[in-house]
Amino acid sequence: MSIAIKQDKCIGCGRCVEACPGNLIKMNAKGKAEQRHPKDCWGCTACLKACPTGAVAFFLGADIGGRGATLSYKKQGDAVRWTVTRRDGTRETIGLDAKQANQY
Amino acid sequence: MEESKIKWQTLDTDVLIVGGGTAGCFAAYTLGKTGDVSVVIAEKANIKRSGCLAAGVNALNAYITKGHDPEFYVNYCLKDADGIARRDLLTTMSERLNHVTKELEDFGLVILKDENGEYVTRGPRNIKINGENIKPLLADAALAQPNVNVINHVNITDLMRKDGQVIGAYGFSVNEPIAYAIRAKAVFVATGGAAGLYRPNNPGFSRHKMWYPPFNTGAGYAMGIRAGAEMTTFEMRFIALRCKDTIAPTGTIAQGVGAPQVNAKGEKYEAKYGHTTSERLYGTVVENREGRGPCTLKTTGIGEAAEEDLYKAYLNMAPSQTLRWLESGRGPDGEDVEVEGTEPYIVGGHTASGYWVDAGRRTTLKGLYAGGDVAGGAPQKYVTGALAEGEIAAESILDDLKDLDLHAEDAAQRPDYDHWFADDDSGLMNTEQLEEAMQKIMDEYAGGITQGYQYNAARLEIAKNKIAELSELAKDLKVSDMDGLLRLYELLDRLTVCPVVIAHLGARKETRWHSFAENADYPEKDEAYACYINSIEKDGEIQIIKRALR
Ligand SMILES: Cc1cc2nc3c(=O)[nH]c(=O)nc-3n(C[C@H](O)[C@H](O)[C@H](O)COP(=O)(O)OP(=O)(O)OC[C@H]3O[C@@H](n4cnc5c(N)ncnc54)[C@H](O)[C@@H]3O)c2cc1C
Ligand code: SF4
Ligand code: SF4
Repeated sequence: MSIAIKQDKCIGCGRCVEACPGNLIKMNAKGKAEQRHPKDCWGCTACLKACPTGAVAFFLGADIGGRGATLSYKKQGDAVRWTVTRRDGTRETIGLDAKQANQY
Repeated sequence: MEESKIKWQTLDTDVLIVGGGTAGCFAAYTLGKTGDVSVVIAEKANIKRSGCLAAGVNALNAYITKGHDPEFYVNYCLKDADGIARRDLLTTMSERLNHVTKELEDFGLVILKDENGEYVTRGPRNIKINGENIKPLLADAALAQPNVNVINHVNITDLMRKDGQVIGAYGFSVNEPIAYAIRAKAVFVATGGAAGLYRPNNPGFSRHKMWYPPFNTGAGYAMGIRAGAEMTTFEMRFIALRCKDTIAPTGTIAQGVGAPQVNAKGEKYEAKYGHTTSERLYGTVVENREGRGPCTLKTTGIGEAAEEDLYKAYLNMAPSQTLRWLESGRGPDGEDVEVEGTEPYIVGGHTASGYWVDAGRRTTLKGLYAGGDVAGGAPQKYVTGALAEGEIAAESILDDLKDLDLHAEDAAQRPDYDHWFADDDSGLMNTEQLEEAMQKIMDEYAGGITQGYQYNAARLEIAKNKIAELSELAKDLKVSDMDGLLRLYELLDRLTVCPVVIAHLGARKETRWHSFAENADYPEKDEAYACYINSIEKDGEIQIIKRALR
């Protein structure tokens, strides 16, 4: 379980650094966000939710079933969109309403 | 680091809250709302998304549903713990569960309601919510109080003391070379429980894909143990039954779509073992051990609509599970979900390990209060129980403040953070290596996953000695920056908690809760142990105290 930060999408705002409950992200010399300890990610996705540009994506290590796909997050108002991008480039998006409770 | 030695800052406040998680934020909110007292929250991360609630939660698991009373919940908890829990603590907590739920709703938490405006239940004690943003909501409630001052990214390591009284705490910034000496009339410790003591399910690349937050390292226990506070029931470890690999919750599937738990032969095995939390876990352990695994939640055929609802529910609290389903191309409608037991955690919000407190959540040290997962005696707290304890502690503090003063600090007590620094931190041993060694020892000799959670006196003795060796080795560790110091202290906290766990496991010479405390020397329950096992560390020795049930 870990995250991948797209350097070209990162604007260096530092919000992911601020958000991570484990202090796992730092700003590098180029002013971009960088992971400090890739193996120490809990997978809480707080950094994805904090990022204003969608630069952070999240993936599963192969040891827990990761097969090269990433998960990204976008929120506009109450509309939340989670997108899975598979290794072959195919995508699947699930929309959620932040005002709606879980059915389960 | 030589030229930029850590600079000390001092701060004074009426109340210091150590850990701005669930209980901490709610205590701050309560203090802010009701009193004109100054409050400081010292939090190692940022209270917006720190601790257990970071990813969101799936339901409120402790609620008094229609037709039940607090007594119903208290009795459920007592039965689940087979008597080893405190009725007084459970009662005072249960009486507040619905009131704090109402507060959460007022903060903006979405709770599912039926056409009559009643909360929709997910069983006799749970209600359905959208818990994705529960932590930001709680943080905002604390931040909205003008007299609450939040200091994020400060890791607290030790209590400041004077003649057995707690008069503040010490910590350091996890990014800047700054240390804090915070004096307070009262200190509320709410740092959660301890993960990462045992080798985890996925010890490699995904070593932190565990159930309990790997950043809750038992710091609150450790500072209390070092200060001589009395602790209770550390032998009642919590081991969760979770979706394999992703360690995502199973209740959403089991209760949500009513999927039965079956072994490889398709047999429903749960009834054979019983239905307490530990029995449910134990059943799966035995089925696997006896060659009838893997065990799964039988979800095939639930239909596409139910599958879609599960995808959504998991995105709101454990997104890894949804990703796993979608990337494998096999969702729960097409494939059963395998379950496994996690590594053991010490967590007073699920089981009963933690500070020994009175009904007002006062610890045995004057000036120190505890609530949430760090407080013992009251299992099955969950989110709402942690909130209730935060509120109870806040009220006790308000009552007690008139008799509590600020005291002069004895600067000789200050932890020497500087001495851990070296320009060259590349010695033979490093923090990561010792952490791995600790987890291996706990796993093999103190009843971890590879031992089927079993231990005996001979193994515990080895665990004790090996952990002591590691603590000795840890004295030579060196770090080069503040993040390194954070990792080092996370290890030191765990190394302080492990011997207490080992001593408690050895002291309960019976097996009352399968898996949670599976003592192979004494495989049966023994009524001689219908008592609390407590402990106090004195001069480096852990003294066990048996206390009568109350
Ligand atoms: C993944 C997960 C899912 C859960 N799902 C549910 C659910 O669906 N329903 C339910 O009712 N309950 C659920 N629970 C249980 C519930 O969330 C917890 O019992 C409760 O939140 C514990 O509150 P707490 O205040 O004790 O700990 P936390 O909320 O974890 O707070 C501890 C805080 O202390 C901080 N801290 C730790 N060490 C230090 C230090 N040295 N210095 C400063 N700060 C420090 C941490 O960063 C954190 O902010 C879940 C728990 C987990 C882990
Ligand atoms: S997913 Fe959570 S733990 Fe992992 S880097 Fe992001 S914020 Fe930190
Ligand atoms: S939040 Fe996003 S844009 Fe901002 S620093 Fe982090 S990765 Fe870069």
